[in-house]
Amino acid sequence: MSRLFRSLRRGVPAALGFAVRRRGRLIGRPPADLPSRGIFTRRALVLMTAQIAALGALGQRLYRLQVADGRKYAALAENNRVSTRMLAPPRGRIVDRFGIALAGNRINWRALLLAEETTDVPATLDRFSAIIPLDPHDRARIDRELKHDRRFVPIVVHDFLTWDDMARIEVNAPDLPGILVDVGTTRLYPQGPITAHVVGYVAPANERDVAADPDLALPGMRIGRAGIEQFHDVALRGTPGSVQMEVNSVGRVIRELDRRDGIQGDTVALSVDLGLQQAVLGRIADQAASAVVMDCRNGEVLAMVSTPSFDPSLFDSGVSQAQWAQWTADTRTPLINKTIAGLYPPGSTFKPAVAMAALQAGTLSPTDRIDCPGYIDVGGTRFHCWAKHGHGSLNLHQGIKFSCDVFFYEVARRTGMEAIAASAHLFGLGTDLGIELPHQRAGLIPTPTWRRSHGHHWNGGDTIVSGIGQGYVQVTPLQLATYASRIATGRAVQPHLTREVDGTMQPVADPAHWPELGLPEAHLEALRSGMFAVVNEAYGTAPLARLPLVGVQMAGKTGSAQVRRVSRALRESGHFNSARLPWEFRPHALFICFAPYDAPRYAAAVVIEHGNAAAEVAAPLARDIMMDTLTRDPANRKDAPGQRVADAI
Amino acid sequence: MITDKRLLRAEPSFRVLAKLWRVSWLYVLLICVLGGVGYGALYSAGGGSAKPFAGPQSLRFGLGLVMMLGVAMVPPGALVRLAWPLYAVSLGLLAAVLRVGHVGKGAERWLVLGGVQLQPSELAKIALALALAAWFHRAGRARMGNPLFLIPPALMVAAPVALVLKEPNLGTAVIIAAVGASIFLAAGTRLWQVALVLLPMPFLARIAYQHLHDYQRARITTFLHPESDPLGAGYNIIQSKIALGSGGMWGQGYLHGTQGQLNFLPEKQTDFIFTMIAEEWGLVGGLSVMALLLVMIMGGMLMALRCRHQFGRLLALGISMNFFLYCVVNLSMVMGAIPVGGVPLPLISYGGSAMLTVMFGFGLLLSVYVHRDVQFGDNEA
Repeated sequence: MSRLFRSLRRGVPAALGFAVRRRGRLIGRPPADLPSRGIFTRRALVLMTAQIAALGALGQRLYRLQVADGRKYAALAENNRVSTRMLAPPRGRIVDRFGIALAGNRINWRALLLAEETTDVPATLDRFSAIIPLDPHDRARIDRELKHDRRFVPIVVHDFLTWDDMARIEVNAPDLPGILVDVGTTRLYPQGPITAHVVGYVAPANERDVAADPDLALPGMRIGRAGIEQFHDVALRGTPGSVQMEVNSVGRVIRELDRRDGIQGDTVALSVDLGLQQAVLGRIADQAASAVVMDCRNGEVLAMVSTPSFDPSLFDSGVSQAQWAQWTADTRTPLINKTIAGLYPPGSTFKPAVAMAALQAGTLSPTDRIDCPGYIDVGGTRFHCWAKHGHGSLNLHQGIKFSCDVFFYEVARRTGMEAIAASAHLFGLGTDLGIELPHQRAGLIPTPTWRRSHGHHWNGGDTIVSGIGQGYVQVTPLQLATYASRIATGRAVQPHLTREVDGTMQPVADPAHWPELGLPEAHLEALRSGMFAVVNEAYGTAPLARLPLVGVQMAGKTGSAQVRRVSRALRESGHFNSARLPWEFRPHALFICFAPYDAPRYAAAVVIEHGNAAAEVAAPLARDIMMDTLTRDPANRKDAPGQRVADAI
Repeated sequence: MITDKRLLRAEPSFRVLAKLWRVSWLYVLLICVLGGVGYGALYSAGGGSAKPFAGPQSLRFGLGLVMMLGVAMVPPGALVRLAWPLYAVSLGLLAAVLRVGHVGKGAERWLVLGGVQLQPSELAKIALALALAAWFHRAGRARMGNPLFLIPPALMVAAPVALVLKEPNLGTAVIIAAVGASIFLAAGTRLWQVALVLLPMPFLARIAYQHLHDYQRARITTFLHPESDPLGAGYNIIQSKIALGSGGMWGQGYLHGTQGQLNFLPEKQTDFIFTMIAEEWGLVGGLSVMALLLVMIMGGMLMALRCRHQFGRLLALGISMNFFLYCVVNLSMVMGAIPVGGVPLPLISYGGSAMLTVMFGFGLLLSVYVHRDVQFGDNEA
């Protein structure tokens, strides 16, 4: 037994080629070595021959494919039967600061007609319109396209099919040869007119756009024509996909081979709070007005409302003639974003800027007093204060609080228009603020230089009226909100709407991004305390703007901007009452404000066209808007109020 | 000149500089030329841009070159000791990839290790050549005649073949089996034993066909009748033939191959890169690349013949056969001579895993050449 075991132990490994040793003694040895190099060389040479033969055969095959039969394959290459068509990618979404959709895409189910698949086109269309009515307008268009296009090109019969429509088409499919249902996308604006001016709208590209970017020629591709849609158009567009189809020699599609869907455009998140925007719109109701609410520390625009508004989705499918005529005839200009393109004289809201110019030039100190007898004579012309019998002796604080015209006539006279214009520009008035919207206007702060460059003479009286924001001075509501923000923070904040593009936070959202204006804190404080008095002190001009809150106060300034010069005779007759004027001649009502007074976070500007009385109309509106803003507090929230709960449900 | 005597005296730790002197720099130059051809082709496949293929590939090539020279310094003794662990690891990875691997394009499986994609079947070919060379290097004629001695190496071949078949990757399984068979043959297996294994193969193939996946059967049928399905499975072969034909004798010109640049050619940066070269450079360019490949294969075989120990001879032969099979399978595939299967053209096709294993193989080849005169094992010196 043990012998057998021993022999196995010795024999098997030895047969496998191992030298078996025990206690250092060789007990099993592999068979004697034989020269293996000879066999290796012979067999390797055989393998090498085979390798050369194999590659030689492949070389010969290559010759046949490329040269001998090459002509045949080259001809095939010429009219390769695969054609590639590009596909429009879904356009990027636009959302508010809490991610609520302001612009998205809607699946558009459409019924198409393939003329070659039916023997009787009119009969098919008749049966179709029995199921889903076609208006004569559509029917005429289909007939026109039928004559024009080849029989295998699909023609759109009906857009925006409902689920029921599709079910009816499916059920009746045997009666509808040549009708097929296809899917595309159209732009959807779920908030409609609420954010129309900010978001803008899209339309099919025209020939000039296509020349710049051929991708825009794709069916279904849209180009931004207004608002954020236009400003961020390139980011929103996305990357087209492609579909490969087998086509025959006349180009008819036989089947689809490969499909690569496009990449959706970037999502653009705005700083706008949709809830606040809605609330502001609700307060304004049907007046022709505009309002801007900003985060005054970093310049984020939280609400930008311009009324009346319009439905942006009408542009995607083409605006009807009647609708267009109605919009353009409306004197309340629904298509214009008044917050950036509406130009208004700032009226008394301009006074803090004039005061700052004087403080900086040294022509006025916060304690200087000026007497207001109700009028002032400059260069032979008498300029009146709005208070017929005058305010008496006033310092700056009181000048702003009572909005005394004579006080600022005098300040403007002392300071000069160039210094006033520089101060106004520093606050953002009459400048291009660079907000991400097309068609914004810069407005104007007139100076003698500007007047002379247009071939006119600058009168001393021009400076006087400019001192109360009348005359040639023209600003936009957005500039007014920026102006209030800059007074409140002393920083050169610029208004902006874009918070994130493709999930990347924009650097402008950081308050430290904005440099100091370089104005002394004492001078800014003088303006702020004057504006505080306007709202909160007894006999201020805007008591209706007082917030119904304990410990949170708002500072503001009213402004009434005349649109027609009031003649002295009329004013002196004592019968002047602007409320009795026709609507289009009434003064605009303006109000600028910021809150909370002791730690400013929000600034707002409202302009009510021909609103007549700023203190009675604009001030309470601004108060309500600021109340909504403070209640919602969008700058300190991560979700819209109620959003978490809604998501949970 | 360094004489053999001095080398032998310096063994086993003879200096790196002396070893570098003995590296076949001509062969390294050939490798670099082939790498350059690959860079040019990938530059064209990227639409005339180093992105996205040529740039990353040249980086890998540089890494591979350094690794190759490093491996060339390893003496045969260490390689033998390395052979078994490496073989075990490659089997382990093959088994792992079946469980957790990612499947792409129907068949190729890879693992992701530390962000690097790894195809274990690539490594398995090299590891098998090493292990078989280590097994056979002491075997004399008598032992080769003993069937018992041949059973373990046969199992060594069968294990990775079975695992790769299970992936399932028919092309690679055939390459692994062929590499193993060539080493068996060169080691001196009796011809009647070879015949005994090869003769039943047609019957086994028939049985295997019954167990093939549908897509693999489709490849075989479309290979036999490509026109039967011109836009489905036969699409690749037909497009490749059209591209070759449009190249003609002198080619369409670099970066101007219509079929390749217009994306009619599928997988032009990987499997079908040779088609793109032949379309742009014509028959002249295609044959030049094939001649270059042949010179490299023959170079490897000559290194095997020149080596004085059986381990080196078998290892060099296995590596060369592997490289040869890669080339032949890929070229046959793009010319429509065999069914399509994801086998890249070594050093030219885009892909990191294949590039690095091919360079590792060249490192072993150069190591054999560097240590060609070293006395090793019980073979004649």
